[in-house]
Amino acid sequence: MTLSREQMAMRVARELEDGYYVNLGIGIPTLVANYIPDGMDVMLQSENGLLGMGPFPTEVELDADMINAGKETVTTIKGASIFSSAESFAMIRGGHVDLTVLGAFEVDIQGNIASWMIPGKLIKGMGGAMDLVAAARNIIVMMTHADKHGNSKLLDQCTLPLTGAGCIKKVLTDLAYLEIENGAFILKERAPGVSVEEIVSKTAGKLIVPDTVVEMTF
Amino acid sequence: MSGFDKVVTSYAEAMKGLEDNMTVAAGGFGLCGIPENLIAQIRKMGVKNLTVYSNNCGIDGFGLGVLLEDKQIKTIHASYVGENKMFEQQMLQGELEVILTPQGTLAEKMRAGGAGIPGFYTATGYGTPVTEGKEVRQFNGRNYVLEEAIVADFAIVKAWKADRFGNAIYRHTAQNFNPMVATCGRITVMEVEEIVEPGELDPCQIHTPGIYVDRLIQGTFEKRIEKRTVRAA
Repeated sequence: MTLSREQMAMRVARELEDGYYVNLGIGIPTLVANYIPDGMDVMLQSENGLLGMGPFPTEVELDADMINAGKETVTTIKGASIFSSAESFAMIRGGHVDLTVLGAFEVDIQGNIASWMIPGKLIKGMGGAMDLVAAARNIIVMMTHADKHGNSKLLDQCTLPLTGAGCIKKVLTDLAYLEIENGAFILKERAPGVSVEEIVSKTAGKLIVPDTVVEMTF
Repeated sequence: MSGFDKVVTSYAEAMKGLEDNMTVAAGGFGLCGIPENLIAQIRKMGVKNLTVYSNNCGIDGFGLGVLLEDKQIKTIHASYVGENKMFEQQMLQGELEVILTPQGTLAEKMRAGGAGIPGFYTATGYGTPVTEGKEVRQFNGRNYVLEEAIVADFAIVKAWKADRFGNAIYRHTAQNFNPMVATCGRITVMEVEEIVEPGELDPCQIHTPGIYVDRLIQGTFEKRIEKRTVRAA
């Protein structure tokens, strides 16, 4: 079985540590916030200038001046801080954020990522994605293994315009968890019930399969 | 007598001197913390061929989106756009030039402009289409791109409270780009929800010191919400 969006979020949440400052990209990555282990303190960074993002507000708490980078109304948790966009990207660019999770269209064996632009389609912009991928030391890309036409999104070389060059080392898909090392994807874990053969057949980029590949459990 | 008193009493006076072909830096993120009345005044003045620096370009009928209605913007530098049909239309027809700039780079370009730093090197965007043709330099074995600072003819800013001298405080995430925008204008115009007397705000709590502010006006704000997300009580 391929991982559901929730299972993907649960798997990424296992990478969290107590005291981590984490930036979650728009889309599936935001689900990771639902699986922060009990008792663990994690602060979510939102690049519009918020560290310590809380849940959506109630009707009573709703405040036009309190939004996240996805422009959704949010709240703060205890111990939060709010600052300018320059300060926000200083902490990102300076490598102070412990973990960044974001989606992508393509990732390749050199750690290149394409996530913001499909030529011929309306281009809305990169927002803060280029700053995040260029700066974070610990990035997990969270995406489906193949696009909706069945084309692999793990390639020898990205075909779409890049968001960042040589910056990705970890990828979680709905089929597998992989790392990128020395110009290849290394298959580290497979989704429950998903065979190594299936992953091999759906990975276009160079893939190294170790003798043992752990099956994820949930 | 106080030469530090920045208060003006009309929006016409606040934006006086803005002319065709000028550059304007605007604060705000989405519709949060945007100088909505100063934008409306620019619309009213009808000035054309503006170059705008702003993270976003509003929506149809609100924020910077209203400046598209009479095609007042020639070029926009932004990190994320296209939340409005009119924007898409003008961009596809070549009437509006869009220069996409990574969000952190845009913020730093404004900060640098206000701080008298003409440019800086950043790893952001290296190897991507947005930095093609820019100077690249290696530091400690890594490639960085030279980005140039922004100084605008007018900077328009929204803060929460300010004293008459322009010492200002922002509210929550309505801060966003506003503090950098406030520094990078040849003329910086700030609108606020409340103007108080000097001494009423704690000097330790000031986000933008009044030295950056040339004109200050109190307004009323609609504060439209772009994505209203709530949870059950």
